[in-house]
Amino acid sequence: MSAKLDTTGPTGLSELDRPNSYIGRSVPRPNLTRLTQGRGQYVSDVVLPRMGHVAFVRSPHAHARIVSIETAAAKAAPGVIAVVTGRELAGVCTPWIGVLTHLKGLKSAPQHPIAIEKASWQGEAVAAVVAQTRAQAEDAAELVAVDYEELPVVTDMETALDPGTPVIHPELGDNLAWERLHVAGDPDAAFASADHVIEATFGFGRHTGVTLEPRAVVADYNAGDGRLTVYQATQAPHMIQNILAKHLDLPESQVRVLCKDVGGSFGIKVHVYADEVATAALSKLLRRPVKFVADRIESFVTDIHARDHRVKGRIGVMNDGTITAFEIDDLTGIGPYSMYPRTSAIEANQVVNFTGGQYTCPNYRALARVVFQNKNVTCQYRAVGHPIACSVTEGLVDLAARRIGMDPVEIRRKNVIPDDAYPCQSSAGMKFERLSHQAALEKLLDMMDLEALRADQAEARRRGIHRGIGIASFIEVTNPSAAFYGVGGARISSQDGVTVRMDAQGSIHVASSVTEQGQGAEAVTAQVVATAFGVPIERVRVVTGDTDNTPYGGGTWASRAAGIGGEAAWQAGKVLRGNVLSVAGAILQAQAENLDIRDGLVVDAETGRERMPLDEVARIAYFRPDTLPPGVQPEFVATRHYVPKRYPFAFTNGIQGSYVEVDAETGFIKLLKHWCVEDCGTILNPQLVDEQVRGGIVQGLGPALYEHCLYDEHGQLLNGNMADYLVPMAFEMPDIEVGHVSTPTGESELGAKGAGEAGTAGAAAAVMNAVNDALAPFGVVLTSIPMTPERVLRALGRV
Amino acid sequence: MKAPAFDYLAPTSLAGALAALAEHGEAAKLIAGGQSLVPALNLRLLAPGILIDLNGIGELKGVSVQNGHLRLGAMTRHVELERSPVIRQHAPLLAEAIRHVAHPAVRTRGTIGGNLCHADPASELPACMVALGAWFTLAGPDGERRVPANAFFKGVYETDLGPDEILTAIEVPQAGTNRRHAFLELARRSGDYALVGISCTAEMDGDIMARLRPVFFAAGPHPMVADHAASVLNGRKPTAALVQAAAAALADDLSPEGDLQISAHTRIHLARVIFRRAVARLVPEAGLDGPQEVAA
Repeated sequence: MSAKLDTTGPTGLSELDRPNSYIGRSVPRPNLTRLTQGRGQYVSDVVLPRMGHVAFVRSPHAHARIVSIETAAAKAAPGVIAVVTGRELAGVCTPWIGVLTHLKGLKSAPQHPIAIEKASWQGEAVAAVVAQTRAQAEDAAELVAVDYEELPVVTDMETALDPGTPVIHPELGDNLAWERLHVAGDPDAAFASADHVIEATFGFGRHTGVTLEPRAVVADYNAGDGRLTVYQATQAPHMIQNILAKHLDLPESQVRVLCKDVGGSFGIKVHVYADEVATAALSKLLRRPVKFVADRIESFVTDIHARDHRVKGRIGVMNDGTITAFEIDDLTGIGPYSMYPRTSAIEANQVVNFTGGQYTCPNYRALARVVFQNKNVTCQYRAVGHPIACSVTEGLVDLAARRIGMDPVEIRRKNVIPDDAYPCQSSAGMKFERLSHQAALEKLLDMMDLEALRADQAEARRRGIHRGIGIASFIEVTNPSAAFYGVGGARISSQDGVTVRMDAQGSIHVASSVTEQGQGAEAVTAQVVATAFGVPIERVRVVTGDTDNTPYGGGTWASRAAGIGGEAAWQAGKVLRGNVLSVAGAILQAQAENLDIRDGLVVDAETGRERMPLDEVARIAYFRPDTLPPGVQPEFVATRHYVPKRYPFAFTNGIQGSYVEVDAETGFIKLLKHWCVEDCGTILNPQLVDEQVRGGIVQGLGPALYEHCLYDEHGQLLNGNMADYLVPMAFEMPDIEVGHVSTPTGESELGAKGAGEAGTAGAAAAVMNAVNDALAPFGVVLTSIPMTPERVLRALGRV
Repeated sequence: MKAPAFDYLAPTSLAGALAALAEHGEAAKLIAGGQSLVPALNLRLLAPGILIDLNGIGELKGVSVQNGHLRLGAMTRHVELERSPVIRQHAPLLAEAIRHVAHPAVRTRGTIGGNLCHADPASELPACMVALGAWFTLAGPDGERRVPANAFFKGVYETDLGPDEILTAIEVPQAGTNRRHAFLELARRSGDYALVGISCTAEMDGDIMARLRPVFFAAGPHPMVADHAASVLNGRKPTAALVQAAAAALADDLSPEGDLQISAHTRIHLARVIFRRAVARLVPEAGLDGPQEVAA
């Protein structure tokens, strides 16, 4: 990156358009060279003296009482340091319950870091083996003899609440974790008066995140200091600090969480996993460092799964295309526990919150039920609830359009909330500051060249080739305030902080509480600080992921790093600029307000003429403060925190388009092209935003066509490996065009909203609508994902 | 996912490898490219006492033309077949099929001998070898023996190779100028094992089809030669109706099982689809093209 600015790109908004602005420019990530040279430091690279490696003995049964555990043979195996059962570990670690008070009625059972009485899903840890190497730990783990008494297994969420179904946690009374009913307007009257009511049942298969780097932790309890240092690939270091302190009986100040390079998170790494807590507890118990790196098999059975929803949907529509009502009945299976501390009820809650949220329709009824089952736990994964709400809404809207013979574009034009109607509120009570459905739709149609596509589709159809066009608009929740978790009693911060400091050579050190997961948070932070303060970006160094050395904050989740962490960085950079200019003013005998910092130089604000370089200001302040006038005390450090307050969330919006080809003989679906228009407000770094959208789309297309955690009736995961669990690869993915509408939020000076959920939110819905468009000549409609060849052929009656 | 401990031997001659195999017997496992074996070790599905590494044995490598046939050393890597002009000239079916074997990283390391001895019923190369009428040379303590490809594959991961034997070379008869071939597979993702695939050769006497040899993979416990289907077409001028009738006969030729991706019933359906498409490719002049190309 050259210090000279590229002035050909788009300029920022006036307030942000400082002479040396990096806002709105595709600045390369500062960590790019290090990572591409293989010089990153991931948890698995951390090696400490006396470090043991843990392998967990995991239950092969989905539901079984632990009768006895025989550990003598394992303890005698080569290299073994300790073999520890759940009962033994309970002496140093207390159990937890994954509930939040604002999700009224949500219940779950106490969960231990290692199961004590019984295992409740295939893969739950029942004992830990710590050895000199992971291989030795795995060898010894095979020698741990566990006597199980198998218990009846609950797998089918449809029958989980039946009276005849065993209750997984008898003390809870039933298998219902949570239930929510929401009614707005008068849905009964609206359905009764609708010209047409269309029903469909939608299925969303379980899938998981498949991070390139698996979950990993090195816990180092130093008995001399009484202090626990944890190296962990996590999205939320301060949350982990709080949880470990609480359950290991340590003051928070005695727990330091370090998060170095992370190889992808997507929500997988924002939760508290039993085996990770167990690793910290083992370190405290054994008074030595312990490393746990999940292998891929463990990842599939213990990384949170997502979705697994069945939604019965109804839409009422008039002959003129007016949508009169939406109704959903959502059922989801979350595994045997509600995940800690964010809970496993949030996805269902968001399905209720987001369904129909694109449209003006005021009549809405939603029922969501969240049930326990003996499968791996589900919890928040990228675009929590979004693809479900979007697919149901947009699937129903397409079916309604088809019923009344209306163009799918026209029905959306007629019903989306108009761009001039804001601020307003959805039928689910979501508050929208300002969205851009109309502008986004028109921009998408432009990008797709819909007329040309339809001509191509018609021409192909004459040759017996079945192509289809689908669109799906969506709303996206970003920049969450305390409304997500804090109000429910979780000690998960929704505010973030940034400290900026100028060193003795005029370079800027930044410490931010948001975390870098590979998404580029450090790049955005550096851009914002460089712009606010006024230095070339290569003079800004950003540190994240260290509870000892960054301000307190939430970390990275729900698309908050740029919008919340970025604003804190902006404010901190401005304050530091003011502090430095006040000292420069004293040195130059000038008014600080007549000076500015640009490109690393103190200049006259009016003319841009150089007055003195920053390193000279720093030299005087740090080494010759005796030459400063009396009363001038340089404070070359500033901290600012930020949290949105006017709106609980910064909602954004967008729309996606898909063009597919369905081979009606084989059931294969080929993605020909994909488009997305999204509105994340101010675009801080166009390249990073586009890559967020593209990556998100791929994570939406995967479950649309490929990704599915397949369980049998015994609760056994059948495809927990990279050969049988189909993650889409580059060859399967279409070209993806990304466009933008920019509606900055007025809450912050930067105006940035999040962009991380957008791609995932609408991808499956667009593809599903495209597939159904392609299959329209057959009169066939698919409403369950993944849309596999087998499902397509069955729908077509070919097999 | 750490392999259990094993001993390791890296002989530099075939004789040395055979001697080691004789010495260690059932405890030994031969390692060629390791693309199937190493994952199986890491998953602890296998726990051999010793690995005998064939990678240092020069006499097992290389592609050559000898006495009217193509000789492929068993340790020839997929990538070498993929790039070999000799293969393209003398066995174009192989050149086409090899690109469907997994991904470049696997093809760079994986060997043809390892692939054939692993005998995965969904693998492309065994079916190609059966279609091409290849012969396998097996070396054992008592010398060499030659086995035709269709007798080598016995069942799922099961071959005629004895526990004391090593596959050393594959001989493929050179393609005559009149020979045609077609290769098609349906896989969920690029590089995946196929849901079903077909590898076939044929000749045409004018507009009469002769010596059609359709061999399916992922349609039974080993490469499945579709004799019933072939007999419908051989000696006749292929028409859409005849191809349809031949496809119908596949139920007698194939014995697929269902798996996580697809049911046995659907496999037969897909086999019929790709059979029709394969025949259409074999005789483009017959104008048998179906309504659309394979979308996969």
